[in-house]
Amino acid sequence: MERPLTQHIDLRRPAFTLKEYEQAGGYAALKKAVKELTPKEVQQVVQDSNLKGRGGAGFNTGLKWSFVPMGDEARHPKYLIANADEMEPGTFKDRLLLEGNPHQLIEGMIIAAYAIQADISYIFLRWAYKKAAHLIRKALAEAYEAGYLGENILGSGWGLQMHLHTGVGRYMCGEETALLNALEGKRATPRSKPPFPQVSGLFGKPTVVNNVETFCCIPHIVSNGAEWFKGLSKSEDGGTKIYGVSGKVKRPGAWELPMGITMRELLEEHAGGMANGYQLRGVLPGGASTDFLTTEHMDIKLDFKSVAAAGSRLGTGTMIVMDDATCPVGFVHNLQHFFAQESCGWCTPCREGLPWVEKILLSIEKGEGREEDLDILSLHTKMLGPGNTYCALATGAMEPLQSALKYFREDFERHIHEKSCPWNGHEHR
Amino acid sequence: MPVIFIDNISYNVKAGKNLLEASLALGLDLPYFCWHPALGSVGACRQCAVKVFKDENDPQGRLVMSCMEEVKEGLRFSINDKTATAFREQVIEWLMTNHPHDCPVCDEGGSCHLQDMTVMTGHDYRRYRFKKRTYRNQYLGPLVHHEMNRCIQCYRCVRYYRDYAGGKDLDVFAAHNHVYFGRESDGVLESPFSGNLAEVCPTGVFTDKTLKEHYTRKWDLTMAPSVCQHCSVGCNTIAGERYGSLRCIQNRYNSEVNGYFLCDRGRYGYEFVNSENRVTKPLLRNRPIEAVSEQELNNHLQVTLSTGSLIGIGSPRASMESNFALRQLVGVDNFYQGISEDEAYLLRKIIGVLSSGTVHSASLKEIEQADAVLILGEDIWNTAPRMALSVLQTVRKMAAADATLQLKLPQWNDAAIKEFVQQEKGFLCNITLLNSPLDEVAASTLRMAPDDMARLGFAIVNQMDASQPAVDNPDDNLLYHAKSIAAVLQEAKRPVIISGVSVCNEGVINAAYNLAAFLTSSGKSAGLCYVVPECNSMGLAMMQAPSFDKAVRRIEETTDTTVILIENDLYRSIPSEEVEYFFKRCKNLIVLDSLFHRTTEKAQALIPVASFAEGDGTIVNYEGRAQRFYQVFMPSNPLIKETWRWLKELSLLRLQKSNGHNLHPDQLLAELETALPQFSGINQTAPAHNFSIHGERIPREPHRYSGRTAMLANQHVSEPKPLQDDDSPLSFTMEGYKGIPPSSAVPFFWAPGWNSVQAVTRYQEEPGGSLKGGDPGIKLFDLNGKQPTYFKEPPEAFHTRQEKWLLLPHYHVLGSGELSSYTRALQELSPAPYAILSANDAKRLALAGGANIRLSVAGKNYTLPVQLKKELPDGILLVTAGLLGADSMNWNSWIKVEKV
Repeated sequence: MERPLTQHIDLRRPAFTLKEYEQAGGYAALKKAVKELTPKEVQQVVQDSNLKGRGGAGFNTGLKWSFVPMGDEARHPKYLIANADEMEPGTFKDRLLLEGNPHQLIEGMIIAAYAIQADISYIFLRWAYKKAAHLIRKALAEAYEAGYLGENILGSGWGLQMHLHTGVGRYMCGEETALLNALEGKRATPRSKPPFPQVSGLFGKPTVVNNVETFCCIPHIVSNGAEWFKGLSKSEDGGTKIYGVSGKVKRPGAWELPMGITMRELLEEHAGGMANGYQLRGVLPGGASTDFLTTEHMDIKLDFKSVAAAGSRLGTGTMIVMDDATCPVGFVHNLQHFFAQESCGWCTPCREGLPWVEKILLSIEKGEGREEDLDILSLHTKMLGPGNTYCALATGAMEPLQSALKYFREDFERHIHEKSCPWNGHEHR
Repeated sequence: MPVIFIDNISYNVKAGKNLLEASLALGLDLPYFCWHPALGSVGACRQCAVKVFKDENDPQGRLVMSCMEEVKEGLRFSINDKTATAFREQVIEWLMTNHPHDCPVCDEGGSCHLQDMTVMTGHDYRRYRFKKRTYRNQYLGPLVHHEMNRCIQCYRCVRYYRDYAGGKDLDVFAAHNHVYFGRESDGVLESPFSGNLAEVCPTGVFTDKTLKEHYTRKWDLTMAPSVCQHCSVGCNTIAGERYGSLRCIQNRYNSEVNGYFLCDRGRYGYEFVNSENRVTKPLLRNRPIEAVSEQELNNHLQVTLSTGSLIGIGSPRASMESNFALRQLVGVDNFYQGISEDEAYLLRKIIGVLSSGTVHSASLKEIEQADAVLILGEDIWNTAPRMALSVLQTVRKMAAADATLQLKLPQWNDAAIKEFVQQEKGFLCNITLLNSPLDEVAASTLRMAPDDMARLGFAIVNQMDASQPAVDNPDDNLLYHAKSIAAVLQEAKRPVIISGVSVCNEGVINAAYNLAAFLTSSGKSAGLCYVVPECNSMGLAMMQAPSFDKAVRRIEETTDTTVILIENDLYRSIPSEEVEYFFKRCKNLIVLDSLFHRTTEKAQALIPVASFAEGDGTIVNYEGRAQRFYQVFMPSNPLIKETWRWLKELSLLRLQKSNGHNLHPDQLLAELETALPQFSGINQTAPAHNFSIHGERIPREPHRYSGRTAMLANQHVSEPKPLQDDDSPLSFTMEGYKGIPPSSAVPFFWAPGWNSVQAVTRYQEEPGGSLKGGDPGIKLFDLNGKQPTYFKEPPEAFHTRQEKWLLLPHYHVLGSGELSSYTRALQELSPAPYAILSANDAKRLALAGGANIRLSVAGKNYTLPVQLKKELPDGILLVTAGLLGADSMNWNSWIKVEKV
């Protein structure tokens, strides 16, 4: 089984230096792209590979790039940005790539920048990823030194500047337009679309923002072709995916696996099944902002379409496992506390709705819940639905809540009727 | 015009608008918060949700924010859809989770957009059972009150204060449901446009602090349409009264002039009306008891007026009616403007060019639509602040025009346009003596002496057409700027030139005209604006009376002259030496004014007159727009009458007639039109005094006006007959016509369900458009396609002089301005008098900043602390002008400066 993204990652040794990376075949894809392919051809091969954005939305990456104005009429500077603000609870896949092989990201970004003829690029990194920051700085210096960054890259006449920007720890900055505002030094509030960032993005100029994992796929697609990339997958979405599992499983971790393996394979073969004494009650398949799946969904394929068909989202592909010793109400309250805190405060439903939800959940958890609270919670899952809020934060926040109300309703009701948490005194998240 | 379907009914709507604008223009009720017609859409509050359907067969539809969706041919949407109404109600419920239930003690109550929207959505039952969040409030100065707990986080305040008005010290802090709108720390808001926050805020976070000191609900105010008296822009205002005191000034929308916003001088400069400094009784000097009855006054005046000769001194802050009544009383040959010859000379020039028909005088709206603005000399931030706010919009809109073109974005999409525009600005060239807040948005800022400004103006025209006069010995710098500015102006389609009299320079006036006239004759829709000192300087100057200096010459020749002086503290505009001399020479001095000041001290007879709030009148703004202000309340003191009314009574006394007919402003204006044809049309400014709609008058009081039968019960238990107003179509009652009155006679904005200022939408053709029936005001100047006569002689370059400085006035937006300086709140913000020298000159005098200098002007010595400004051209001394109690100086003369 091919693991292109993690083949050179070994956390027991330091990440590859530029030289080591080159010896392992690194930057060959960049050379190929810049010397043999036109920017449009790079866009095309990426589009053909059916690479879907690994940040969670699952949009075809090549298609996303194709909306960037090209040619002499296009406005410059154009920007390319890596969204490395990995703040989704339960998600640590980008960290693996950042700490494991920063040059792979940089090479992917340079190729992507070439494809859209960007002039300036940024890596927007989560503040807490100190080690990654250190490694990226070093790798950037090496890349500049080697002429992969700067003016006239590989004699192509095209140049690219790349900068590392570390955030201050706001979940909101993971939203691509809020990230742009933050990068401009403004409040991290999202922007409305249209216009899309490809047309009017950072500083009002054409901009592409992609996830770290997405960029890491690019060199391999360019080197090996679209068909090869599609062949890696067990589903219609191209490539491999870094799946992760956290929670009370035997071996929590992250693994690069073919796109479209089943949840059972992931949980049982790779994560080793549930830890002794724990039963699985539900999983959030793609981070905190995805709907619960339960034991009945064990055999669904973990790709964008199949997970959606089961009523959830693949999201980041890093699942959080909820066991039977954990109170679902407390679990969901914990999540809602996070989302309410991380609301940017721009639109009313998110700013005012999430704290209300959070307060109700806490009250239920403390045994002070009322019958009508469940109606108000369900109401919020509808009222904070897609299109009602300015961005997807609150909508995402409602996903675990709405599915918890569906799958674990009796637990909510017990809290209210018994006027206490049935898990109280037991192990508690 | 696209046809759209709202709840399955078809409507013709204007293309390019969003669904919210279209709905409001159609008179439909759709709640909103973050959208504001002047600020555009950002889609944050989610209050204006509607459901859009793909076609008539789409039963599902999708929820969209109506402020963020453009109208399209055939578009179908529903306001009444169940999901949409439920969502809108939900938004209110969310906002109410933290909003205090303090309406009864909130200043906004009764004129609160949040109240209106809450009622509109039908939300009435509270399900949220947790604690509300609370904030600490800030001290924001004497004008704006802060009460953050009421905030619903619509972000309008920061979008207005920062993005629209260019302020920096109000911002949004923190995140999630602790978002905070305020300053970094307590302190006076820096922007001179801060008062608009009270109207921009949809609830009671930012409120008018001066109103708070004598608070009245909107529904309890007696209101009338008024016109601001504090500079020459002529912003339209609504003035409100209760219990005989003026309570507040609010914006009165006029799309051609002030739109939605006022400056703080205009909004807060009203309290002189209530001041203890008001003249309330006729005074006859040198008597044991100076305060006299009207009969005693009349007895005295009858004698005075019938002996000797009579001259009248008019006033640039008195209405046309009052000035004209004075002219009628004393006779054409005996009427003088109460301003210095220097000022009168410049104003004559301005009237000359504006009435020549060769240039167009631009309204604020036209300034905002310009594609290039050149400010030649005038410090409009301080002398015509509302105009400065417009210029901020001009540069913003110019840059946005590019975005709307390139991205095909609609103009209302504020957030997207801002992102695209970033730091781009349209073309503003700001040529002034000192740095100005406008410089931040200017493409080019130049600091030069007035003569050099004029030379630059001439040189620009010469660059555009070599047959135009060239300046002598131009230096490279001058030519460089002339060339680059000329290049922009030549490209422009709608350039506007702004100038004025505050640099006291004839050449500047000439150059501004040459620029505007040349651009006009090259086929552009060019505009020209001259900022003049007072609210009716333009109207007074148009009467073409001789200046005060001529009155002094005249009085020198006689010994028996009685002078009637109206609404004018001469010490503010004429050097005191000359004023004193004049007063000494006059046999009798009769002064009519509303406030005590140095000039009223000298009066042998002092007659109390109405302020703008107690009388009717018409004033002419900088662009030659005549506008009517109405009596807000009838003063309980019957001796306080409009100046024109007193003057008419005086003329009856003089003619020894006792029974004159009742007089209306329209009659006076009709006589004015006959006597001075340059005013023809001025009587169309407002409906006639006997105007009514279906026999009904226009009530000054909202229909919810309370306490009418009780408010005077301490004096008399019977309900008094409502006061009669024979001068205007307005009545002092709550009964009368309930529809939309003529635009010039709108006493307040109210519509069913719309109690806040947002009700103005119901009075407009469309949100942000003209008032129904056209915006008020009659323009007295018109472009008529005549060939311009250019001024030929550019001045010599400015040269500094040994030991002498050119003395020029320096104005302050809050502080300068006669009437407003009598208000407590603005006094607090007014600086103490000071002088400004260039840093180089200070070095020459071995002066440090803060040191005192002494100057001797017109026989009087002044000691002033000096500020040093690097940018001020050498050889110029600026002294604060127009502050309370400040003397006029010999502006534009060369004076000596001594170090103290």
